[in-house]
Amino acid sequence: MITLEFLYRLMGILTAAAALINLRDRTNQNRVPNASFWGLWSVSFLFGSYLPDLANGVLILGMVAVATLRGVRAGTDDSTTSAERIASARRWGNRLFLPALAVPVFTLLANATIGHLTIDGTPLVQPKQVTLVALGVATLASLAIGMLMLRPPARAPFTEARRLLDAVGWAAMLPQLLAALGAVFAAAGVGAAVSTLASAAIPSDAPLLSVAAYTIGMALLTMLMGNAFAAFPVMTLGIALPLLVTGMHGDPTIIAAIGMLSGFCGTLMTPMAANFNLVPVALLDLPDRYAVIRVQVPTALLLLVVNTALLYFLAFPR
Amino acid sequence: MLVLSGLLVVVLGFAFRVNPLLVVTVAGLVTGLTGGLGFLKTLATLGQAFTESRYVAIVWLVLPVIGLLERAGLKERAREVVTGMQRATAGRVLLAYLALRQVTAALGLVSLGGHPQMVRPLIAPMAEGAAERDVHDIDDATRHLVRAHAAAADNIGVFFGEDIFIAIGSILLIKGVMEQAGIIVLPTRLALWAIPTAIAAFVIHGARLLLLDRRLAARNTRAA
Repeated sequence: MITLEFLYRLMGILTAAAALINLRDRTNQNRVPNASFWGLWSVSFLFGSYLPDLANGVLILGMVAVATLRGVRAGTDDSTTSAERIASARRWGNRLFLPALAVPVFTLLANATIGHLTIDGTPLVQPKQVTLVALGVATLASLAIGMLMLRPPARAPFTEARRLLDAVGWAAMLPQLLAALGAVFAAAGVGAAVSTLASAAIPSDAPLLSVAAYTIGMALLTMLMGNAFAAFPVMTLGIALPLLVTGMHGDPTIIAAIGMLSGFCGTLMTPMAANFNLVPVALLDLPDRYAVIRVQVPTALLLLVVNTALLYFLAFPR
Repeated sequence: MLVLSGLLVVVLGFAFRVNPLLVVTVAGLVTGLTGGLGFLKTLATLGQAFTESRYVAIVWLVLPVIGLLERAGLKERAREVVTGMQRATAGRVLLAYLALRQVTAALGLVSLGGHPQMVRPLIAPMAEGAAERDVHDIDDATRHLVRAHAAAADNIGVFFGEDIFIAIGSILLIKGVMEQAGIIVLPTRLALWAIPTAIAAFVIHGARLLLLDRRLAARNTRAA
């Protein structure tokens, strides 16, 4: 049965390759820290499931120490030159888009099919992990198409992946670390503590204030926790159900739907949602760490006002 | 309440622009310590949670394909396609992508987008290429603004499209939480009530993208 462990092996190989190529790159002043960072992450991917928890914790400390003290910096890349790329773009034209678009198309196809495959009655893929395995299978298939079509040197997928990983730097690992923080928060009862605070801070029984307490509360708590999924149970059970549903006889479906979307407004405004707001900053080589958040804030605030109004006017009997 | 000190670390750390990896690690350690776990137990908890969250990093598996295509001139081609279309301004390119992202996400096709596989190699070069063509002597700040807008269009499109699809994670979470509280909500009705916000998101952000075009055009008049 194919499980996530298969994908972790692939990620382990990818990061190990990035570490080795960095280590041999004498043009990069920062080669040892780069290699240590990707190397430690590759240990986590390859052996994380077998190591004791404490050892995995030490791996994190190592990666964070390297990233904070020495950083992860891109060296001179051994990719093609700008002129070569323009010539290649002329030569291949729109065919270049094929392998790129193959990734989402194959993901969808794999998602729809691999869940049904069985070998001797055992499912081929762990049912809960179909979506992620589909993505992994799709990237491999698209890579195969790209290799057959472009016929680059055999090491190109690794050197190119290393170039991109170095460009993204430590931000590549941040979403995973944030997910871990979310789990620690949950285990320590942060949600429950916030819930107690929230219900103590509830305003008077003015309807509009109660509605705004829920929508704005969802956005704020989402900004703190990094995702709306963590904020939703706390704010909905703490504020929406007692005040808006029981107190004001609102429609729970409308309240919950718009409450979640108010949380998404918060997601647009927080660095805690690193995969949406900080990772693209690294991928697009932007000098301001909060550049994407800055662009999103006006839309998020206007939309939060709209959500509050929608909830106020649509969810309650008139 | 002491357990909330981890959140305080997060807020202060991000406000003072400390390296986010350090902020998050310290926040995790502080949360565990104030929760009475002790240092080693806290570190082990963090290590276990980190290991179980490795699936979050699976998106990076796409990098070899993207790198390979960039090597063969994918960004340059994306740029060229748009530069040839005079009417495709930066704002309009991003408006079209916003619409596409919202509609496909609403149909459950969330994987048809994303920053490593779509924004970096295709959408950002397209928008930047259009801006380069339309703004004389474009400066770096303008390029960076256009790129940041490319990332924002992806985020806003997927966030306010996906909830119209009945089998998406957030709808299932809402259903689960409400059920625990003894209230049955139907996914189809939840999805239906995501539509007004989706329309508002498209109108608000679409208008801002068209305003971006006017801002870019204004840089020319000022320069002339």
